[in-house]
Amino acid sequence: MARRYDSRTTIFSPEGRLYQVEYAMEAISHAGTCLGILAKDGILLAAERRNTNKLLDGAIFSEKIYKLNDDMVCSVAGITSDANVLTNELRVIAQRYQLNYGEPMPCEQLVSYLCDIKQAYTQYGGKRPFGVSILYMGWDKHYGYQLYQSDPSGNYGGWKATCIGNNSGAAVSILKQELNEDLIELANAQDLAVKVLSKTLDMTKLTSEKVEMATLTRENDKTVIRILSNADVDVLIAKYEKSEAEIEAAKREKLAQKS
Amino acid sequence: METVLGIKGPDFVMLAADCTQAHSIIMMKEDVEKIHKISDKLLMATIGESGDTDQFTQYISKNLALYRMRNGYELGPKAASHFTRKNLAEYLRSRTPYFVNLLVAGYDETEGGELYYIDYLANAKSLNYGGHGYGGMFCASIFDRYHHPKITQDEAYDIFKKCVKEIQKRLIINLANFKVSVVDKNGIRSLPDITAANLMDYVP
Repeated sequence: MARRYDSRTTIFSPEGRLYQVEYAMEAISHAGTCLGILAKDGILLAAERRNTNKLLDGAIFSEKIYKLNDDMVCSVAGITSDANVLTNELRVIAQRYQLNYGEPMPCEQLVSYLCDIKQAYTQYGGKRPFGVSILYMGWDKHYGYQLYQSDPSGNYGGWKATCIGNNSGAAVSILKQELNEDLIELANAQDLAVKVLSKTLDMTKLTSEKVEMATLTRENDKTVIRILSNADVDVLIAKYEKSEAEIEAAKREKLAQKS
Repeated sequence: METVLGIKGPDFVMLAADCTQAHSIIMMKEDVEKIHKISDKLLMATIGESGDTDQFTQYISKNLALYRMRNGYELGPKAASHFTRKNLAEYLRSRTPYFVNLLVAGYDETEGGELYYIDYLANAKSLNYGGHGYGGMFCASIFDRYHHPKITQDEAYDIFKKCVKEIQKRLIINLANFKVSVVDKNGIRSLPDITAANLMDYVP
């Protein structure tokens, strides 16, 4: 009888849980890592690219980072096919708002609308929830730069820095360690993103094929979205490795002095 | 038959509207409010089919109020007029179109004063000055002559006086009273009515 409460999404278990939703969250914790950091002068998303194969067509450059409208970008962790459905939906919602009001959709409204859809799939019968968590970065005239995260249950929240996907707990604790109340500069945020990814992804050496990064800034009253090229990411990784090596060398020197 | 007028200045927008309620050839009322307060810094002056004007203005007004409640902030004048135009355009293509012409006036912290002209065919245009109705036609030349980019509220009020004087002189229909409202960074204020009586000694 173990399957009594988890075969349908809309039924509570006796402990008051919705198993399907929890399983969806579990699915995400195996997906590629995504992290976002809010900075003073911009905002960034970084994601781990899982499908690396030299036979893969290079025309599709960005696998997990999607532009939603002029002012928003999201990055997804979870079942990619589900994510495609949701990003399509996000784009439609954003355009519908643009059509109605003649201005870009405020970030939180877009997130909240999508979360209403996600929530519906945990309540109405016969449907499975979307196995996708999403990080959104955006700018609007009301609240400036914003970073949001949403999960399969339809909950969402705004963050200064956060992480979803594989090993996200470890990443969040590093972010907590490195950041405090005050926001940092975007350039430093990029360095930090590389550091967090290299410490949380289970691989010995971080390479640019494995990392996607996008930044969002405001320049001359226009939102500028940049998806970093492999070369740009390589520079960041090289910088990180150099600083790590220096720290290592300093440590060794200290040890040598002691003995 | 009815007339609404609007003038945009650098940091304000002023609207004037006549106060008549006509039914066929009969004047029913001479103290109708055609300038509606939509929110703290948004006005709408509506003329057209008499039931439609109130119904449509209310519909837009309550939808904007709903937006404010849901999101904790308001739509700016540009977005509000875009929303108004969109609704009017959709009703125009339905079996129950609204026959309304309106001026939307608002103040925005970054943009300053904003004036939008929307007619019953859902044309929408941002203007420095404009008007609806027969009176609006007479006034176009007065606006052309006296409006300038740095216009003050006193000057705008004076232009309205000139307009009303001209309307009362040339238009065959009697539009005796005009109500005037202004929206600026301090919000919405009503100015004294411009009437045939107090224009008696006015020399344009």
